[in-house]
Amino acid sequence: MTHIQLSHGGGGEEMNRLIHSLFFEAFGNETLLQSEDAAALHIKSPIAFTTDGFTVSPLFFEGGDIGKIAIAGTVNDLAMMGARPLYLSAAFIIEEGLALEDLRRIVASMSAELARSSARIVCGDTKVVPKGACDKLFITTSGIGEIVYGGISAHRLCAGDAIIVSRDIGAHGATVLAAREGIGIWGDLRSDCATLWGAVAALLEGALSIHALRDATRGGLAAVLNEWAVASNVCIELEEEAIPISGPVRGLCELLGFEATDFANEGTFVLALPKAQAPRALEILRAMELTCNAALIGEVSQKRPGRVILKSPWGSSRYLELPKGELLPRIC
Amino acid sequence: MSLQLRDLYEGFRDAEVIKALSKRITQESEALREPLHVMEVCGGHTHTIMKYGLKQLLPQNIRFIHGPGCPVCIMPKERIDHAIDLSRMEDAILCTLGDMIRVPGSKGSLAEERAAGRDIRPLYTPLDALKIARENPHKKVIFFAIGFETTTPMSAALLDAAIKAGVENLFLHANHVLVPPAVDAIMADGRAKVNAFIGPSHVSVITGSKIYEPLPIRYGTPVAVSGFEPVDVMEGILMLVRQKNEARCAVEVQYTRAVSREGNTKAQALIERYMEPRAHFRWRGIGDIPHSALRLREAYAHYDAERVFAEHLGNEPIDDHKLCICGTILKGLASPKECKVFGTACTPSTPLGSCMVSSEGACNAYFRFAEV
Amino acid sequence: MCLSIPSKVVEIDEHNVATVDTMGIKRQVSLDLMRDEVGIGDYVLIHVGFAMNKIDEEDALASLAVYKEILEAMDEEERRRSIEADDACEGRA
Repeated sequence: MTHIQLSHGGGGEEMNRLIHSLFFEAFGNETLLQSEDAAALHIKSPIAFTTDGFTVSPLFFEGGDIGKIAIAGTVNDLAMMGARPLYLSAAFIIEEGLALEDLRRIVASMSAELARSSARIVCGDTKVVPKGACDKLFITTSGIGEIVYGGISAHRLCAGDAIIVSRDIGAHGATVLAAREGIGIWGDLRSDCATLWGAVAALLEGALSIHALRDATRGGLAAVLNEWAVASNVCIELEEEAIPISGPVRGLCELLGFEATDFANEGTFVLALPKAQAPRALEILRAMELTCNAALIGEVSQKRPGRVILKSPWGSSRYLELPKGELLPRIC
Repeated sequence: MSLQLRDLYEGFRDAEVIKALSKRITQESEALREPLHVMEVCGGHTHTIMKYGLKQLLPQNIRFIHGPGCPVCIMPKERIDHAIDLSRMEDAILCTLGDMIRVPGSKGSLAEERAAGRDIRPLYTPLDALKIARENPHKKVIFFAIGFETTTPMSAALLDAAIKAGVENLFLHANHVLVPPAVDAIMADGRAKVNAFIGPSHVSVITGSKIYEPLPIRYGTPVAVSGFEPVDVMEGILMLVRQKNEARCAVEVQYTRAVSREGNTKAQALIERYMEPRAHFRWRGIGDIPHSALRLREAYAHYDAERVFAEHLGNEPIDDHKLCICGTILKGLASPKECKVFGTACTPSTPLGSCMVSSEGACNAYFRFAEV
Repeated sequence: MCLSIPSKVVEIDEHNVATVDTMGIKRQVSLDLMRDEVGIGDYVLIHVGFAMNKIDEEDALASLAVYKEILEAMDEEERRRSIEADDACEGRA
């Protein structure tokens, strides 16, 4: 047997074998192995709870795969709320005909990514749908974390805050776009897909007053900052030149007419905290490999509440808008 | 000193140079006897002006009037309806470039048709249409070809490759338009206050700067053919200011690293072989302009989707949405901000008019790169 | 429609297709529309999958040199102005 068949989702023997030989093998922990209808958990602290569906195409790309994103994405959502990731669920919707080898690679990658934080998968589900009913594999993960640093919120930015981005932006969006069939573009692109709990934990230990924290996933940096500006009714003023963008991401944007600020990230976050604490935050971040390109990109003011302003090095400025519509190449 | 690739980008976006040019322009424009109303003909320049905030670096007496040089913007609704009708034919695959897929015709947009199940594919290069035709020998593959002189040679090259490969299920729907007749139509109308031109960058790479030589003679307007980088545009403006101050009017080329007087003669010859001027073409907003677009020559009629599938296509002119002023903007008579629905009923995600769709449309550029 | 990006030719195959590099991003483009001979290391402008022309390196360098002169002239002007301003102050004193 080399490919997933409908019978693997039938609830019978084949499904049992798949769950035991693949999922239990990779994710095995006491709670999961109980195989109850639901996982019984004991948590005393306030918790953060999140869920996310993953549908990335292609399944494998430079720097990651759908499994790695499914773990990192949910762990990061918890981390961004100041919560230590504890328990995850994982639901797999598999298209009939998916190569078993691909599924194995994805599950192994999930297992490796779990090891980068304190999170464990404690419950799950598998469904197999007929060919054409989904695109190879969709994964949904939910997560619970214990809040160790409360009060982080998109509503808490205030004038005088510094805005820091944890690394160069747009790597994931650019990598996945270039990997799509038919586009015929390749190069030194690598997704930023990563678990950010380590970097967040280091910041939390640094005795900083973190006002807001968010990973810049879909909609990119532009979406996060616009949401913050609206939620806190403040103006965010960015120095365009200070935003780190790698050469290849810049090249792809030039070629297809995109803006790197619109591209999705899967291991890049934005941080708002009082300006005086920015040097300390940068020092902490730059000491770690994942965030060694962290940069101060702007600050919060009251100039135009609800808006994000990009300032050019030659003295002009414009609004940074939310990305809109399908990302079509600007060939015209 | 040898040239590095990064010089071609950074050298022409250098902040200090932009500031210095801005200062020069401000100093020298004091001597202007009348305000300079510069039409940047090409949508690519509109994009650069807005993205880099160049309007903010110019004195009060220099204004931009945005031109008609955005091929998606000037496409009238009946042509978009052609694309939709072609995509609805049995066994059809409709291919086109980029933003075209989002422009609304009278029956919706190609994006909506695609969602409804038609096989519509946005391409990165026209050559992909040939690949698709080969992979689908039993389907009719139609390339809805759009673009100014820059993009016409690529459509001609596609046809050339299809003929050489003996592929017979590929058809072109040609909407290739020409810059000079459109500029003439705007100037002949007389209402646009244009007294200087920034000439297109890449149209000129293909055609050569010679195509603008009638402009100074006919209209007494200086022309500066400029590149698309911010330094290029600023230097082009400075060249226009100097021509005015010295009471000269001529075609000057700022974009010397890419534009010659003669242009790319090989590309021109390829166009000449396969295409000929149409008697008329209707432009959105501007209306009918004689000899302003190309179609396939009679000898290649069997590759021409308009002729082969004529029975499926209507030809009645269809007007724009009542509230949309794209037409007035394309004629150089209004700025996007004068439109009542700009940014409210009409945004890039819910466009009423074509100028909001294309990233080179004036409305889209004003929306995306709004000035503070 | 007129987006066109300077890129460097890094490879040319027997079908007249070049691999070009734009800041570390590579793609293949047809050289069928090129009038002049193209070689490895040349800079070309590409548009929807085709190279449109070669960038004239001498002209590009000449433009960059002009900008350098403008900057130097500006610096010189500023310097002179600040000296004049100083002189004016001394004159008053």
